[in-house]
Amino acid sequence: MTAAGLPSREARPRAMRGGAAWVLGCAALLAALLAALAIGQFPIQPAALPGILLGTAEGPAAMVFWNIRLPRALGAMLVGASLAASGAAFQGMFRNPLASPDLLGVTAGASLGAVLGIFLGLPVAAVQAMAFAGGIAAVAGVAAIAAAVRGQGDPVLVLVLAGIALGALMGAAISLLKILADPYNQLPAITFWLLGTLSGATRGDLLAAAPPALIGLALLILLRWRLNLLTLGEDEARALGVNTGLLRVTAVAGATLATAAVTALAGAVGWIGLVVPHVARLLGGPDLRRLIPLSLLLGAAFLLAVDTLARSAGRVEVPLGILTAVLGTPLFLWLLARARRGGGG
Amino acid sequence: MTPLLEARDLAIGHGRRMVASAISLALAPGRVLCLLGPNGGGKTTLLRTLLGLIPPLAGEVRVAGVPIRRLKRRAVALRLAYVPQAAPGGFAYAAREVVAMGRAARLPLLAAPGARDRAAAEEALARLGIAHLADRPVTELSGGERQLVLIARALAQEAACLVLDEPTASLDFGNQALVLRQLRALAARDGLGVLMTTHHPDHAFLVADEAALLHGGALAGPAAPEALVTAARLRATYGVDTVIGTVETPQGPRRVCAPVVAVSWG
Repeated sequence: MTAAGLPSREARPRAMRGGAAWVLGCAALLAALLAALAIGQFPIQPAALPGILLGTAEGPAAMVFWNIRLPRALGAMLVGASLAASGAAFQGMFRNPLASPDLLGVTAGASLGAVLGIFLGLPVAAVQAMAFAGGIAAVAGVAAIAAAVRGQGDPVLVLVLAGIALGALMGAAISLLKILADPYNQLPAITFWLLGTLSGATRGDLLAAAPPALIGLALLILLRWRLNLLTLGEDEARALGVNTGLLRVTAVAGATLATAAVTALAGAVGWIGLVVPHVARLLGGPDLRRLIPLSLLLGAAFLLAVDTLARSAGRVEVPLGILTAVLGTPLFLWLLARARRGGGG
Repeated sequence: MTPLLEARDLAIGHGRRMVASAISLALAPGRVLCLLGPNGGGKTTLLRTLLGLIPPLAGEVRVAGVPIRRLKRRAVALRLAYVPQAAPGGFAYAAREVVAMGRAARLPLLAAPGARDRAAAEEALARLGIAHLADRPVTELSGGERQLVLIARALAQEAACLVLDEPTASLDFGNQALVLRQLRALAARDGLGVLMTTHHPDHAFLVADEAALLHGGALAGPAAPEALVTAARLRATYGVDTVIGTVETPQGPRRVCAPVVAVSWG
């Protein structure tokens, strides 16, 4: 009797079964949202939230809620969701667990745009526009270089190498601008921007960033089943009838749109796009149909919690990039150790 | 009748480097064609050319009578299904999900498999007798089970022709027989055309209607396995002496190929 003819063994996927990961993600997001809305320089009692939401409550609490608290919470969720979902898509489609949304230079391009804007003393809206345009232009440049030099080679490898090369070049330009910048006014602003913060984000900024970010996220959500096919490798995907070039361009466009938009809003928030997808994978498995939405959910919850801490923990705001690493690393290592010991969920 | 897959005076290779030339073959419905040849002889290059994954250096590949270069990937996949080697590693997708990936050519860019695609995947698993593996991550399956899952994926693709890259490589004795039996059944029962590469000349005797041998930049055959797989040709190709005899099986007499290993016993 062969192995395939044996009676069915109990299916025991390593990841959580069915809804458990979703319940956990939704609960985490809800808890983070309640905390984010309540906590701040002007505390809002959770009991007052229904009245404010229904519009029956007036006064400073409602003002703070609608003008400051809610836009900032939504902004944090948008940033976390976009970076984590883009990272999950990149890690799958490039078959590389070290891939993050900035693999093809979107973050470096956005940073260069923003740093240049700060250096030139432009207003905030212009800095954000330059960051968004810089991110899109960088990835378009990388794609154009890859298309030009591709020939017979592996298209993915050429794309990634072009991204790394152009990213290094833009990093050098950023360093140069930092040296040339006014060390008392511009340099702190640049440094803060490069670590990411939502401290200056207004409702208007959020309304500007939301449409491209949501369009990008929608693309990734819709493509998530087909992106699984790219994890099989180029030959296999094409033999299954996939136009891999078109699929890759569409997915990169979605991830770039989302990442550039939220980077323009919050600066270069590191770490989330790399690590949240790994956490989601430990909880829900590698299938991108689950992994992308779950990463989106966990990324939103995590950055919302981190941002709440960033604006309430100390007398000065801590940049997001510092807190994401400080809080996320132990959490991630704990999950990793649990999975390796065979617990996993 | 139009062959499912046809190569006309094909030259294969990468860039300017030619691996083999003057290759002609045709595969009809219900037939199994075994492609033999030593490692590095160009079997994989030939398969990739036949699948349209790399262009031929000369000549033409036709799928159901249509030149493959005129077909989009989607159209090729509807006619021609590829079964890669079941290498270990990869992502821990459930077997059911791997098989559903065979539906990609039938779905638009932004869609996921629907009820009909799910049903086709389940049916493909059932046809190969592996419905009980549907929920298992493929990374936890044995090599033979993984190979059957990949064949099921090709069946879910509903193409008339299967192209398999060494479907029995790295399988144990029992799983080799299992996979070969299923391939024979798919040709005999369902009328699929099957092209497979293999390292074992015996497999040609076991399942093939025709065999071909790729060696030294040329293709010998396709021809009846008994005519193609001879001791002289195996010696010329692999440098190994063999004895080809006939054994009685419940299905009647069958050729077998036994290598002769000269050992001096001191």
